[in-house]
Amino acid sequence: MSLLRFDNVGLRYGVGAEVVRDLNFDIAPQSFQFLTGPSGAGKTTMLRLMLLSLRPTRGTIRIFGEDAAKLDKDQITALRRRIGVVFQDFRLLDHLTTYENVALPLRVMGRDERGYRAEVVELLRWVGLGDRMYALPPVLSGGEKQRAAIARALIVRPELLLADEPTGNVDPSLARRLLRLFVELHKSGTAVVIATHDLTLMDQFGYARRLVVGEGQLKIFEGDPP
Amino acid sequence: MNASLPPAMPPDSQLKRDMPLVPPDSIAGRALVVVIAIMTFLACLTAGGAILVAEASQGWRADVSRDVTIQIKPKPGDDVETLEAAAAGIAARAPGVADVHAYSKAESEKLLAPWLGEGLDLGQLPIPRLIVVHMQSGHREDLEPLRAALAAGAPGASLDDHRLWLSRLDTMADAVVVFAVALFALMILAMATAIGFATRGAMAGNREIIEVLHFVGAADSYIARQFQGHFLRLGFKGAAIGGAAAAAFFAVAALVLRWGGGSAGGEEIAALFGAFALGLPGYAAILAICLGIAGLTGFLSREIVFRQLRGML
Repeated sequence: MSLLRFDNVGLRYGVGAEVVRDLNFDIAPQSFQFLTGPSGAGKTTMLRLMLLSLRPTRGTIRIFGEDAAKLDKDQITALRRRIGVVFQDFRLLDHLTTYENVALPLRVMGRDERGYRAEVVELLRWVGLGDRMYALPPVLSGGEKQRAAIARALIVRPELLLADEPTGNVDPSLARRLLRLFVELHKSGTAVVIATHDLTLMDQFGYARRLVVGEGQLKIFEGDPP
Repeated sequence: MNASLPPAMPPDSQLKRDMPLVPPDSIAGRALVVVIAIMTFLACLTAGGAILVAEASQGWRADVSRDVTIQIKPKPGDDVETLEAAAAGIAARAPGVADVHAYSKAESEKLLAPWLGEGLDLGQLPIPRLIVVHMQSGHREDLEPLRAALAAGAPGASLDDHRLWLSRLDTMADAVVVFAVALFALMILAMATAIGFATRGAMAGNREIIEVLHFVGAADSYIARQFQGHFLRLGFKGAAIGGAAAAAFFAVAALVLRWGGGSAGGEEIAALFGAFALGLPGYAAILAICLGIAGLTGFLSREIVFRQLRGML
């Protein structure tokens, strides 16, 4: 069973032309793929559809075996707890420390702070933010913010990770280090979807599947066998 | 993720700050506290005023309803003194009567002096005489025997039970209370509107935070609680300030009226509001209004947040 499946999905805003159309693909458990295409091609829209923050105007999205159209808000909330998401603009809460930002998904689940403290501190050290856990996002560098956003997505050990241009704001060497985080996560069993238009980066992971979106349509290129 | 952990964990005080997820300074809190305080103050004044008028009107009604008046209208040739004495005698013997006071010629002249001037000889005018009959408490309904006895024993005497005056008093007191309730409802409506604007403004200002909370798996009820707690605190603060100011106003007004009770203005206020002493039930009403307003603030903000969240995916 796939984690996520799109069948003939299309989306239009208002009465305009379809932004994306005839999307047919699935995301298998423990798979690794890049979602790519030129800027404005619809990558972010596709990620938002996967995250169920947009409803398609046609077609069917099945997520974790459920028809997304039949889910109520509480069910969507429950499913989102199985998905990690990294936003292109990080979306860290400026009034919370790095530690509090990373712990946010656990806090909203109602877990006791003492229960997850060691876990969060360990992850912060793992992503290289052990000495920045009390810092507020406005004083973090772009790369630190990026790593904090990634750590926040990883803290719940998601079954599916969606990342929108996670290396878009960092230099190539940091981009490679960050991507290694995703590879590690993938090896530990998480399906990963990374939206990027960085061809150099993708070429370093030839085994990854590529979902190429252009002019609202999707082409799929399977990766090289490892 | 199994990298070796350094032995030292950061101390509690540095990690656990209990920082609210919705930043307090992102909500126009001070303006809302001022609005709630003013509205609570006005609502408490309205309610307290209505309670005072209602209590005072009970006093007027009790006083007026215990008295009935016998009016002696002499016909030409009648001896008004004899008629008055006969009517007063009948009234004094009637059941349920506590006291009878017949106005003498001199007292009647004194009563009319403000309108007709001093030194007037009433003997030249067919001026009716009055007898005030003070009924025992609970005997107001026993007036028929007295009415019948007067018709038989004192022709020209008529009994006025002040029913018309009482019904006007009732109408006026009821109108004051209805007006106060309407005013109170309007204030609550205005306050609810202000809370609605503030909540929607706070949500618009924190839209990005709400979106992030949604994406990291926060339920609508969890997000609504973040706003509700904040607005409940603002509501308590505003209501406490407004309620305390209203309680202080009534306490000071009662003291001022006690000291200046002899003045003409003081007497007028005392006639309308009684002693202006709100009493324990009145202060309890102010406390109830404050708690109600604080609760309303929390409830309304929660409902508005829920409604807005329902439209977001």
